[in-house]
Amino acid sequence: MHYLSDIDGVSIYPIISLFIFFVFFIGLFYWVQKMDKSSIDEIRNIPLDNSNPNNLNN
Amino acid sequence: MDYVKVSYDNKIVKQFAVATVFWGIIGMTVGLWIALELVFPKLNMGIPQLTFSRDRPIHTNAVIFAFVGNGIFMGVYYSLQRLCKTRMLSDFLSKLHFWAWQLIIVLAALSLSMGITTGKEYAELEWPIDILITLVWVIFGINMMGTIIKRRERHIYVGIWFYIATLVTVAMLHIVNSLEIPISLTKSYPIYAGVQDALVQWWYGHNAVAFFLTTPYLGLMYYFLPKAANRPVYSYKLSIVHFWTLIFLYIWAGPHHLLYTALPHWAQTLGTVFSIMLIAPSWGGMVNGLLTLRGAWDKVREDVVLKFMVVAVTAYGMSTFEGPMLSLKNVNAIGHFTDWIVAHVHIGALGWNGFLTFGILYWLIPKMWRTNIYSKSAANFHFWIGTLGILVYAVPMYWSGFTQALMWKDFTPEGNLSYTFLETSTQLKGMYALRSIGGTLYLIGVFVMAWNLIKTAKQGSFLANEDVEVPAMAKTYNKPKGEFWHRPLERRPVQFMILALVMVIIGGVIELVPTFLIKSNIPTIASVKPYTPLELQGRDIYVREGCYVCHSQMVRPFRSEVKRYGEYSKAGEFVYDHPFQWGSKRTGPDLAREGVGTLKKNDSWHYMHMLNPGEVSTGSVMPPYPWLHKNELDTSTTAAKIRVMQKLGVPYPEGYDKIANQDLMKQADQIAANLQTEKEIESSSTAEIIALIAYLQRLGVDINTETNLQNQVKK
Repeated sequence: MHYLSDIDGVSIYPIISLFIFFVFFIGLFYWVQKMDKSSIDEIRNIPLDNSNPNNLNN
Repeated sequence: MDYVKVSYDNKIVKQFAVATVFWGIIGMTVGLWIALELVFPKLNMGIPQLTFSRDRPIHTNAVIFAFVGNGIFMGVYYSLQRLCKTRMLSDFLSKLHFWAWQLIIVLAALSLSMGITTGKEYAELEWPIDILITLVWVIFGINMMGTIIKRRERHIYVGIWFYIATLVTVAMLHIVNSLEIPISLTKSYPIYAGVQDALVQWWYGHNAVAFFLTTPYLGLMYYFLPKAANRPVYSYKLSIVHFWTLIFLYIWAGPHHLLYTALPHWAQTLGTVFSIMLIAPSWGGMVNGLLTLRGAWDKVREDVVLKFMVVAVTAYGMSTFEGPMLSLKNVNAIGHFTDWIVAHVHIGALGWNGFLTFGILYWLIPKMWRTNIYSKSAANFHFWIGTLGILVYAVPMYWSGFTQALMWKDFTPEGNLSYTFLETSTQLKGMYALRSIGGTLYLIGVFVMAWNLIKTAKQGSFLANEDVEVPAMAKTYNKPKGEFWHRPLERRPVQFMILALVMVIIGGVIELVPTFLIKSNIPTIASVKPYTPLELQGRDIYVREGCYVCHSQMVRPFRSEVKRYGEYSKAGEFVYDHPFQWGSKRTGPDLAREGVGTLKKNDSWHYMHMLNPGEVSTGSVMPPYPWLHKNELDTSTTAAKIRVMQKLGVPYPEGYDKIANQDLMKQADQIAANLQTEKEIESSSTAEIIALIAYLQRLGVDINTETNLQNQVKK
C-alpha cells in the first residue's frame, strides 16, 4: 500500500521539481532585470491605449 | 499605419454589471439576515428555509459566486476586448455564459435553502449543479481564450495573465473537490473521507479565495486602476514577478486552515511556510497598485472611483498580511474557530472585493452610458458609509474573536475551566448586534449606489456596440534584440495557460498525493466502526441542516480543549466520514465528543434542545429546529446510501443494504422508547429527530471504547 515509497528513488522527484522552479524563478528575475525599458513603457501603456486619437471613448 | 474597425460588445458587460449589483444586494441582505439571527435566535420562526445554518451557505455562495463572480465577468468582458483590441470570440457564447451563470445562482439559492448540500464549505452545491458549473466554465474558457487568440495586440497584458490563471486553476479546484458518487439527483457522498476530504476541501477552499476572489480581481486592478488614474501601472517588472510568485505560492497554502487538527504535521507545516512566503507577492501587488497613484494622490481626494480603489487595495494589503499571521501556529491557536476569522474574511470581502467592484462600477457605468455620474455626493456618501460599515463590522468581530479565545482558554487557579461554553457565547451578543449595524451601514451604501447608477444610466444613452479603430496587427513580427524565453511566452496564450496550470498542479500534487498514497499518514484505529444505518441517516440530516456551520468536530490538542471536550481528535477517527464535518467556526461548542464522557446527555435532552435550544440552555443563540420532530425520515434511501458507502470502501457486510432498514428500525424504536421513559415524550420512531439523536449520541464513542480497552489491558 506504500505506493510512493515503493517507487525506486522517489525522493529524486521533489528535488527535480525544486531545481526546475529554482531555475525558473532565477531566470524570471534575471529576465525582468534585463528587460528593455522602451518596450516596458509600450507594454504598460496598453490599457491606456492612446494610439488612435479618433477613439474618444477609450 | 493601417487601422481596422472593431466593435466592442458593451451589452454583455452591462448585463453582468446589472447582475453584479442585483446579486450583491441579495447576498448582503442574506448576510444581514443571518447576522440578526445570531442576535435574535428565534427569528427563523421555526421555518427551515429561514434558519441560520441553511442561510449562511446561501450568503457565502451568493457573495462569492454571484456578486464577485458576476463582477469578475463584467470586468473581464470589458477589459479583455480592449486589451486584445477585438470583440469577444462569440456573442452567442457570451450570452450563454451570462444566462447559464444566472441559472446556476438561482439553482444554488433554491437547493441550499431546501437543505440540498454536500456539506463542504463554498462547495456546497450538489453534483448536477457542479456539472453545470463545469460546463459554463468551459464556455467561458473557450470564449476567453478564443478572444485572446484572435487579438490585435501582439503582447498579452499582465491583467490577462491573471484571468488565464483564474480560468485554469478554478477548473482544476472545482473538479478535484467535487468528485462525488450520486445517491440520487439531490444527494451524493464525496469520494474522499475524513482527513483526505479535509485536505482536498481546504486546498479548494483556500484557493477559491486565491483564484476566485484574488487573482481575477488583481487582473481587474491592473486594468481599471491605471484607467481610472489615467497613468500606467507603477512597475511592469514587478507585475511579472508578482504574477508568477503569487500563483506558484498560493496553491500550497491550503493546510493553514487545518492547523492543530488531525492532519499530518508535515502538511500543516507546509501550509504555514508557504503562507508566510505569500506576503511577498501579495504585498508586491498591493504596492504596485498603490504606487500607480504616485504623483496623483491629489486626484484621490476628488475622484470617488479612486477613493474606492485605494481603500480596496489597502484592504487587500491588510488581509494578505493578516492571513499569513493567522497561519502561524501560535496565532492560529487564538484565532481559529473564532469570530476573528469572520472579521478577517470580511476585510477581504467588503474591502477588497466590494470596494474594487464599486470603484469599477462607478467608472464603467458613466463610460458605457456616455455621461457623468448622476450624483457625485451620493457616491461620496456611499464611500464613507461603506468605509464606516466595514469598521463597525470588523472591530466588534475582532473584539468578539479575542474574547472568545481568551474565555475558552481561561482556567481558575484550581485548574478548572473558568467559563462554560454557553457563557462564552452569551458574552458576545452585544458584539453580534454591533456587527449587524456595520452590515446595515454597508448595505445602505450599496442601495444608494444602485439608485445612483440607475439614475446615471437614465440620464445617459447606452452604447451597446462601441465602434473603434485600432491599428491592424502586422503580419510579421520583428523580434527586438535580446528577446528570449519569457517575452515570446507573453505572445502565446495557450502555452502560457499550460505553464500556469503546471505551476499550480505541482503544488497541488505534492500537497495532496502523499496523504492519499502513504498509508502511515492516516493511522487506522481498530475500534472505529462504520455508522449504523440510523446514524448514517442522522448524519445526513446533520449535513442537510448545516450544523457544521456553527459546530466543529475537531478537538485540538490543547489543555483547554481536552478539558472542555475530552480526548483530542485523531486522524484515524474519520476514515468513514464522507464528507468530513470538522467545521471551521465555533459559534456553538465542538461536538466531536458529544456522545461520551461529561458531555453526554440523554436522548430526551437532545429532543427538547433541538425543539427549543434557548429554553434548555438559557441564552443560547442556536435557532430552534422543530421540523425535525415532525418530518418523517425517508428510509427508502438507506439501501442506496449503504451501497455507495460500500463502493467507497466502508466495510459494511455484503448484502447489508437489504437488511439495513431492520437495524435502523430497531435502533430507532429503542431511542423512541428512551424518550418515553425519560420524559414521557411521545415520538414516532421514524421522526427525523430520532436519527439525528442517534448520530449525536454516536459522536466520540469509537475512540472512547478504545481508551477503555487500553485501560483494561493495562490493568
